[in-house]
Amino acid sequence: MTAPTPGVPSTGAPSRAVDAYTAAQEAQDSQVKHQARSFRIWRGADGVGDFHDFDTVTNEGMVVLDAIHQIQAEQANDLAVRWNCKAGKCGSCSAEINGKPRLMCMTRLDELPADAPVTVEPMRAFPHVRDLVTDVSWNFRVKPRIQRFTPRPPDAPDGSWRIDQHDVDRVQEFRKCIECFLCQDVCHVLRDHHKHEEFIGPRFLVYAAALEMHPLDTADRVDALKESFGIGYCNITKCCTRVCPEHISITDNAIIPLKERVVDRHFDPLHALVRLVRGPRRH
Amino acid sequence: MPEYQTIDHDVLVIGAGGAGLRAAVEAAANGVSVGVVCKSLLGKAHTVMAEGGIAASLANVDDRDNWRVHFADTMRGGQYLNNWRMAELHAKEAPERVRELEAWGALFDRTKDGRILQRNFGGHRYPRLAHVGDRTGLEMIRTLQDHGIHEGLDVHMECTVVTLLRDGDRIAGCFAYDRERGRFRLFRAKAVVLATGGIGRAYSITSNSWEYTGDGHALAYLAGAALQDMEFVQFHPTGMIWPPSVRGILVTEGVRGEGGVLRNRDGKRFMFENVPDLYKAQTADSEEEGWRYTQGDKDARRPPELLTRDHVARMIVREVKEGRGSPHGGVYLDISWIKDRLPNAAEHIRKKLPSMYHQFMQLAGIDITKEAMEIGPTTHYVMGGIRVDGDTQMSTVPGLFACGECAAGLHGANRLGGNSLSDLLVFGKRAGEFAAKFASEHEAPTVNTSEVDAAARSALAPFERGASAEGPYQVQDSLQTTMQNLVGIVRTQHEMERALGELEELKRRAARVGVPGNREYNPGWHTALDLRHLLIVSEAIARSAIERRESRGGHFRDDYPEKDAAFGTINHLIRRGADGRMTLERAPIPPMPAELAAIVKEMQS
Repeated sequence: MTAPTPGVPSTGAPSRAVDAYTAAQEAQDSQVKHQARSFRIWRGADGVGDFHDFDTVTNEGMVVLDAIHQIQAEQANDLAVRWNCKAGKCGSCSAEINGKPRLMCMTRLDELPADAPVTVEPMRAFPHVRDLVTDVSWNFRVKPRIQRFTPRPPDAPDGSWRIDQHDVDRVQEFRKCIECFLCQDVCHVLRDHHKHEEFIGPRFLVYAAALEMHPLDTADRVDALKESFGIGYCNITKCCTRVCPEHISITDNAIIPLKERVVDRHFDPLHALVRLVRGPRRH
Repeated sequence: MPEYQTIDHDVLVIGAGGAGLRAAVEAAANGVSVGVVCKSLLGKAHTVMAEGGIAASLANVDDRDNWRVHFADTMRGGQYLNNWRMAELHAKEAPERVRELEAWGALFDRTKDGRILQRNFGGHRYPRLAHVGDRTGLEMIRTLQDHGIHEGLDVHMECTVVTLLRDGDRIAGCFAYDRERGRFRLFRAKAVVLATGGIGRAYSITSNSWEYTGDGHALAYLAGAALQDMEFVQFHPTGMIWPPSVRGILVTEGVRGEGGVLRNRDGKRFMFENVPDLYKAQTADSEEEGWRYTQGDKDARRPPELLTRDHVARMIVREVKEGRGSPHGGVYLDISWIKDRLPNAAEHIRKKLPSMYHQFMQLAGIDITKEAMEIGPTTHYVMGGIRVDGDTQMSTVPGLFACGECAAGLHGANRLGGNSLSDLLVFGKRAGEFAAKFASEHEAPTVNTSEVDAAARSALAPFERGASAEGPYQVQDSLQTTMQNLVGIVRTQHEMERALGELEELKRRAARVGVPGNREYNPGWHTALDLRHLLIVSEAIARSAIERRESRGGHFRDDYPEKDAAFGTINHLIRRGADGRMTLERAPIPPMPAELAAIVKEMQS
């Protein structure tokens, strides 16, 4: 009942142990519990394809990405999958697992029902490339449109600043973002309505919030949020917050405060009067 | 003839981690056109995994710190095989590089008076690591990425280099393929900066991502550059070991910096035994003193868990070998015990070590605020790399520069935690600056197109052999097992010679692998092409390790367990001989200038 796993010598193989340490490692492998599991993996190119069935014997503690790698090594060498750190830190291996947008490297098989195949599909909000890989380059074109970090002059002669930890803590939540783009994938404005030209999506609203609330930043992105970045399209269904692997409160802590800034400036009667007298703000 | 697209840049940077991005930003600031080639998407490079912090003697937490102490700590950690000029520049320039990062938007944790907070780390005499919880690498790469996209860099994402090209002696560019569609690209450049990171994928247990296949090392070697000190591989003492699928994933040294302790099966803190002479005067002699050190008591000495990584890793192996290991072949790392000392300990741990809390909870079902972690050594970093000039970072090939992990020199026989992120910044900037200077002073080189055609044909060969040939994953798996078992943490002549024999056989297998499918995003093909690089770095590590008949830093020989002064003054150089075979020579380390030697002497007492 054993299958070779990349990086893990199988229990049936002859011992490669050269000393007591490697023997201890091998002994550890022999304690692993195995389970046969089925997978339905979407395969194809440029959006044309269908589900393919694979069976493989999994080890205790495996994540979906491990199973994909095992299938790739043993049954489908050319199975396309994008990944990098396998530790939930780089945000490369985003996919839809049993219909839910998740990181493959942080989804354990033992939290998915064992009596049905595990389905793995590419993200749906981006153009398809091959198998589980999508073209996420749109995200990399959006970011430079947001006005860059613009600090106030340094507080000290050595070019450094004095910042209170509380002010740092306020934006750290946004800076945890690993740019997996799962929030973009699940956002109906992008996924169903394809408003990629008019709306920057939750990821970049979080990015804008991180800049707007950065204790040193002096730039003003409020008008751009309304005019170019389409913040009004978000109707706060909170789908993005639910899929965030970093548990960022995207809607409550980033989008709603930004919406409030837009509302305060553009729809508050007092502000409207000031704007009428002084003219619109220019940047 | 396979088709390819031709792209011209003054400076081409290969790699987009911390070093590559810093080099690219600096080259662009010097007014030349800059291209960046990276195997992953922008912002996903291995730098993102760095947890602990950036070492720089800002002296914000302990005003006794300065560049001289940082220099001495780095040299001691490297057992004096370091390029002392690099260690000097690194210690002097790191603070400015950190402040610069803040000016570009990085937000570090703060001291009470609002300055950048610094934490303790192994081998650093004073609290020196600027950090953001345990996700400093993410903060650094995102800052460089978000700054860089406004600096006019031309980024070629998901693009892998198969060979460097030369015009006579000097560099002329490289030949690459884009991973998404498999199309070839010829990059012509006046100067090339290698910033490709490490070699961890040559081992089966590693904290490194798939990208760490030693590309820069191998490409430079094949282009005629010298590699230096390849025997020095750092096995980080604390990687996850259970369940098997997570084996090797890093557990930050920051856990020990915050008071975490190592215990064997019997609950004993075994690190208090066998403290090396070089560190005896700086090490706590009681658990009480060690705890006070982690809590900022300036009169206390550091606990033995914060000795250098090479020593801690070997002590863990000893415990396991002698039957005192934990159930899964490691030892215990316990931070939960601090609940006896601190009110709100659980909250404190979650705040200081959020990624670790999350990682163990999600992947191992362990709550680190309540129970001990099981850990064991994992292949983490290569001190050896491309030999470079300390000031300019130029390799022995004119116009070819290297910085970050793929370059050698700064760390000597063992790297101190935190000195990697500062290395990336200090020498990334220098490489970018001097590559731009080289590009400004030289005409565009000429590329030999027959060389390009040959590279393209060789890259496509695995398709011709097809799916009926052996697949690349089996060869990669065998290679990793060979290196893990025979050229690992504890080495012997006999085992390493056996490894060289196995590597010869693996070369033959690698030359015959075939892959199914086509060129579009085909990981089998990518893996097949990576094998050549992995084999070159593996052979370089084994050959250098056989020649170093002593134990020093990251290199431990069971058959020569002591340090040998005769080896303390030489670096090993690996080159490609005229017949294509790998050659090794000894290069004496030039004597330190009196000023630096005086610092080392002063700090030893």
